[in-house]
Amino acid sequence: MADDTTVDPVEAQVLDGNAVAGLLAAAFGVEMTEVPGACAHCGTVSMVGELRAYVRAPGTVLRCPACSGVVLRVVETPSATLIDVRGAAYLRFERG
Amino acid sequence: MNPIAWRLATMTAIRDETPTVRSFTLSIPDWGGHRAGQHVDLRLTAEDGYSVERSYSIASEPERAGEIDLTVERIDDGEVSPFLHDVVVVGDRIEVRGPIGGYFVWEAAGPMATEPLFLVAGGSGVVPLMAMLRHRARSGAHNPTRLLFSSRHLEEVIYREELDSLAATSDGLEVVHTLTRSQPAGWMGYNRRIDDRMIADVLAPLGMGSRSFICGPTALVEVAANALVRLGLPGDRIRTERFGPTGT
Repeated sequence: MADDTTVDPVEAQVLDGNAVAGLLAAAFGVEMTEVPGACAHCGTVSMVGELRAYVRAPGTVLRCPACSGVVLRVVETPSATLIDVRGAAYLRFERG
Repeated sequence: MNPIAWRLATMTAIRDETPTVRSFTLSIPDWGGHRAGQHVDLRLTAEDGYSVERSYSIASEPERAGEIDLTVERIDDGEVSPFLHDVVVVGDRIEVRGPIGGYFVWEAAGPMATEPLFLVAGGSGVVPLMAMLRHRARSGAHNPTRLLFSSRHLEEVIYREELDSLAATSDGLEVVHTLTRSQPAGWMGYNRRIDDRMIADVLAPLGMGSRSFICGPTALVEVAANALVRLGLPGDRIRTERFGPTGT
């Protein structure tokens, strides 16, 4: 909030995985915010919608809410979407 | 039709909600409906090919067919919201994709239809929660529901009259306002930012079997979610959505 002076300015800009849900859905072909994934750093399982999204950068960095480790990085170029998944031990997709 | 595909929507109505917030009705061909709490992406493309996308929560209830309402605050240094507020007129066409999201969704079906519902909003974070309240009213749900809504000034309270009338229907909805910057003479509501004590007081009548949705600026979401966890609400019953400009 504009009148908030007690929060770190970077942390105050943090969004969540919902902020890039359209981009992820377009890349993966399915709705992603309810997809659980395990953080490769600490093992915590979070839904993609729960990941912390740092959007004030070239691309978006999605971090684990428990350990702040990078889980996914998403970059759009004029012709493609690149998703770095090294920080995810797994993503779990339920079959219809 | 593939919900992820871009398609052209037509602006069919624009109305003021507050001095800086407007609602926009978009008619979307083949719109397959949405769930309360979902959003859409809008894409604007300039003549030189430069394009910008933003996510906006859907404000309208799923019961309305073929069109959606978006409620958008004008951000002075934004790229998309000033265009929507200052340039777009009824009849214009805009690229839309969606509905998107499944994590921040409330439906008047299954256990959710009867469980107590605790909604916390800051400013335009009320938009997806309004979709839930409109859906709740249209579906005839009577589950105990409270909305704690933080705004800076009374004249900035989005949907103020509609919230008053929804709360007056005695269907189990109560709306609790807090005004953080200025309060009119005789104001009986809260007059400070949301804190642990306010969350505890407003949640109390609903109890720990509640399901909670929190949407607003990051700082407000953190305060409210942490307060609920400390009060003992299970983490899987708390859903949050932080809003702000997305950098796509």
